[in-house]
Amino acid sequence: MPRSLPYLLLLPATAFLVLFFLYPFVLVAIDSMTRGGEWTLENYRRMAGHWKFETAFWNTLMLAALVVPVQLALALTMASIVTRLERGRSTILYIFAIPLGISDLAAGLIWLSIFEQSGFLNSILVGLGVVDRPILLLGYQNAWVILLAIVLAEVWRATAIMMVILVAGMGLIPREYGEAAEVFGASRWQRFRRVTLPMLKPSLQTALILRVILAFEVFAVVVALGGTQLPVLMSETYHWQFTMQERGVAAAYAMVILAISVAFTVLILRLLHVPKEARP
Amino acid sequence: MAVIEIRGVAKSFGAFTALHSIDLTIADQEFMVLLGASGCGKTTLLRIVAGLETPSAGEVWIGGRRVDHLPPRDRGIAMVFQNYAVFPHLTVFENIAFGLRMKKLPQAEVDRRVTRTAELMHIGQLLKRYSGQLSGGQRQRVAVARALAMEPDVILMDEPLSNLDALLRLEMRAELKGVLAASKTTTIYVTHDQVEAMSLADRISVMNGGRIVQAADPVEVYRNPAARFVGSFIGNPPMNFLPAAPLGAGRWQVAGQSFAGPVAPAAEFAIRPEDLHPAETGLAAEVRVVEPLGPHTLITCTVAGQPFRAILESTATPRPGDVLHLAPVPDRIRWFDPETQKALT
Amino acid sequence: MTDAAIPAQGAATIRRAGNRVFIAGTVLLVVWVLAPIWLLFVNALSAPSEVTGFPKSFVPSFDFASLSFFFGFAGVTKALWNSVQVAAVTMVLSIAIGAPAGYALSRFDFPGKEAFRFLVVMTRAFPLPLLALPLAVMFIRTGLDDTILGLALVHTTLALPFAVLITFSLFSGIPVELEEAAWTLGCTRPQAFFKVILPLAAPGIAASAVFAFVISWNEVFAAAVLTIQNRTLTAFLLQSLDVSPLHLKFAGGAALVLPALIFIFAVRKYLFAMWGIANR
Repeated sequence: MPRSLPYLLLLPATAFLVLFFLYPFVLVAIDSMTRGGEWTLENYRRMAGHWKFETAFWNTLMLAALVVPVQLALALTMASIVTRLERGRSTILYIFAIPLGISDLAAGLIWLSIFEQSGFLNSILVGLGVVDRPILLLGYQNAWVILLAIVLAEVWRATAIMMVILVAGMGLIPREYGEAAEVFGASRWQRFRRVTLPMLKPSLQTALILRVILAFEVFAVVVALGGTQLPVLMSETYHWQFTMQERGVAAAYAMVILAISVAFTVLILRLLHVPKEARP
Repeated sequence: MAVIEIRGVAKSFGAFTALHSIDLTIADQEFMVLLGASGCGKTTLLRIVAGLETPSAGEVWIGGRRVDHLPPRDRGIAMVFQNYAVFPHLTVFENIAFGLRMKKLPQAEVDRRVTRTAELMHIGQLLKRYSGQLSGGQRQRVAVARALAMEPDVILMDEPLSNLDALLRLEMRAELKGVLAASKTTTIYVTHDQVEAMSLADRISVMNGGRIVQAADPVEVYRNPAARFVGSFIGNPPMNFLPAAPLGAGRWQVAGQSFAGPVAPAAEFAIRPEDLHPAETGLAAEVRVVEPLGPHTLITCTVAGQPFRAILESTATPRPGDVLHLAPVPDRIRWFDPETQKALT
Repeated sequence: MTDAAIPAQGAATIRRAGNRVFIAGTVLLVVWVLAPIWLLFVNALSAPSEVTGFPKSFVPSFDFASLSFFFGFAGVTKALWNSVQVAAVTMVLSIAIGAPAGYALSRFDFPGKEAFRFLVVMTRAFPLPLLALPLAVMFIRTGLDDTILGLALVHTTLALPFAVLITFSLFSGIPVELEEAAWTLGCTRPQAFFKVILPLAAPGIAASAVFAFVISWNEVFAAAVLTIQNRTLTAFLLQSLDVSPLHLKFAGGAALVLPALIFIFAVRKYLFAMWGIANR
C-alpha cells in the first residue's frame, strides 16, 4: 500500500483548514493591530475607550457565568435520566436533543414569543390575576427581565449539546463499576458522586469547553430579545464591523473573544485534568 | 502446485521486532500450523504471506512466483479471518460469490461454485440470509465456503475457530480437516490452541518471540521438543523440568537419583507428566494437590523443591502430604542445555 | 445499600417515591423542551391580529395569514432559497473533504496523524463565526463576496471538523477485516472501499451530511457579515428584527425551526457518533 495514501486523503481537509481557519485568524490578528497599513494599538485603544466595551465584556462573562453552571446541572440530570430509562429511551433522548438543531436566532424568537408584551407570559400573569394588564417585560426599565429571558433562552437552547456529550460519556462507563460500588454499599447519590462523575471527567471537559466557548459567542439570542439594550462582545463586533465600518476595532473585539476563549479552554483543561494512567 | 517459500522475512514496528528473519518452506498441499502464544508473531507472518502486511526484509514465494511486492488479490490466496469478516450488507450467496464476481466469472460458473461450496459446508439452505441472521458457527461456514469457492492455491486461516464455543470448535475442527484435505490446497493455519494444532497439522511451526523454534510433525514436536520452550508450551500440563548435576561419563544426578544422559558440560532434565509411574524407587515427590480428572488423576507435587506434575492412573489415590516415588519412563527422558535452551542428545 | 437498615416495606416505599420523583422530573423536562416550540408554532399558525392581540390563546387557530404574509414578504423566498443553496453546498463540501480525512484517520497510522487531529480539535476551541471578518476582505478581492459559495466556504469550516470526526468514528466502527477480506477476494483498494465500506457507512455519512446542512442552515453571524444582496434566511431575519412586525418574526422563526426538527429526527441515531469520539 502506498505510503502517501493517508496524506493524499488528508490533503484537502488540511489545505481547507489552513486556508479558511488558520490563515484568517492570522489576518484578524494583523487587522486588529494595523490601521491604514501602519502597526498601531489604536484599534484596541478605541475599543477599550468606548463606553460600551466594559459593559459588553462584563455582560458576556456574566451571561456565561449564569448560563453554564445551570446547563451543566441540567445536562447531568437529563443524561442521568436517559441513561437510567429502559422504556422510551430513544424518544426521550430525541426530545431532549431537539434544541440541538435549533439556531440561536430561532431560540431568541421562541422566547420572544413568551416574553414580549402581548406574549404568553403576560397572558398567564393576567390570567392568574398577578397583574391587571400586560406589562412591558423586555423594556430598559426591566434590564433584569431581559437578562432572565436571555439566560432562559440560552439554557433552553444549548443544554442539549452538553447532554448528548454526557450521555455518550456515560455510555462508555461499564455498568460493572456502578454495580461494584453498589455491592460495596454505595447509595445512588454516592455512586453518582464517587463513580460516575470522576469517570465522566473527559466528557465533562469536552462539554464544558464547547459550551463556554459558545457562551462567549452569544449573539442572536441577545439581539432578538434585548435589541441593543444588552450589549455583548459579539454584538459589538458586529456593530463596529457594520454600522461603524471600523474593521480594525471589530478585529480587536474578535481578538478579545479569542483570548478569553483560549484562556477558559486552558483553565478547564487544567481543572479537569485526568492523568493518562487514570483513564479507563 | 503451490509451494510457499518464506525467505528471511523480518518485520519490525518501530523499535519492536515482531519477526526475526524467518525461513520456512511449506510443501504443496501441506497443512502447516503456526502455533504460539499471542504476540509471538504468528499472525504477522500469516498477514505477510497474505499481503496485508509488508515485510521489512525478505521474500515470499508462492508456486514459484515471488509475491511479496504484489497486492493480496494477485497472490492466488484466500483467507479466513478470526472474526469471519462476512460482509453484513450482502446475502450468504453474494458473500460466497463476491470473489468470483471480482474475477468476472460467468453467472453459470458462479452459481455452480457457490452451490457446490455451500453444500460442502452444509449451508445450502442459508443462501438467502444476511450475516446478521446467522449464528457464529454458520458465519464461520460462510467464511470458509467463500474462501473455497475461489479454488485458491493457498488458504490462509487466522484463528478461525477461536470465537466458537468448545463443542462447536470440536465439530468444525474435524470438518475443516476433511474439507481442506479434499480441496488439495496448501494451508497455513494460525492458532494458539495446541490441541487444534496437533489435530489438524501435517507440520507445526512453534513460534516464540518472533522466531520459529521448531517446525516438525505433531508427534515429533510433542515427543522431541527441539527447545525447552516447546516442551514448556506444548502439552497440558506441560513438561516438568529439574536441574541436573554432572556425575561424569554421561551420568547425571537429578533429585538424588542417577540417570544416563548426554555428554555435556551442563544439562537440565525434562519429563512429561504422563511418562511417570509410582515405583519403589524414583524421584521423591511430596504431594500438594490431587485432581481426579476421570480417565486419570493429576498430581501436583514438589520434587527437590521444584514444582512438578504427574498424570497417574485414576486408581492411584495419594493424599496431600504423602511422599511418592515417581519413576520416569527411561526413553522418554529429554535433556536441554541450560545455556542455549536447545535439546541435548 | 445504605437503607438496608430500613425494613423491607419502608425501602420499597422509598423506591416508589423515588420512581415518582424520577417520572415527574422526566415529564417536567420534556415539557420544558417542548412547550416553547409549541408556543412558537401557536403564533406562526395564528392570524396576525391574534399574534399582536391579547390575551394569547395557547392553541393555534390554524389561520395561515401570518405564514402567507411571511412567504409573500419581499425577499423571503429568495432568502429561503439562498439558505438552502448555501446549506447544500456546505453539505457537499464538508463530506467531500471531511470523509476522506475521516477514513485516513481510522485506517492508517502515520507520522503527523496527531498533528492533524489536533488541528481539527483546535477548531472547537476557537470562535469560528469570527472568521467571517477577515474573510469578508479576502472574498472582496477574489470576487467571492456576497456569493453562495463564499458563505458556504465559511460554513464548511464550521461543519468540517464534525464531518471528519463523525466519519472517523463511522469508519472505525467497520472492521478492517471486511476490507482485508475484500482485498484477498480480488478487490483493489478503491474497489473494496466502494463495494464494502461505502454501502456500510452510507447511512452514517448521510447523517453527517444532514448535520452539516443544519449547521449552515442555523448559522447567523457569518451569514449576516458576509451577505448583503444574497442574504440567507437567518441573516434576513436578523437584519429585519427591529423593523419587522411580530407575526413576520414568528413565522420566520417557525420556518427556521421546522426543517431543523425534521433533520435532527432523521439523524437521531448518529447523535453520539459526533461526540462519543471526544472521549477516546
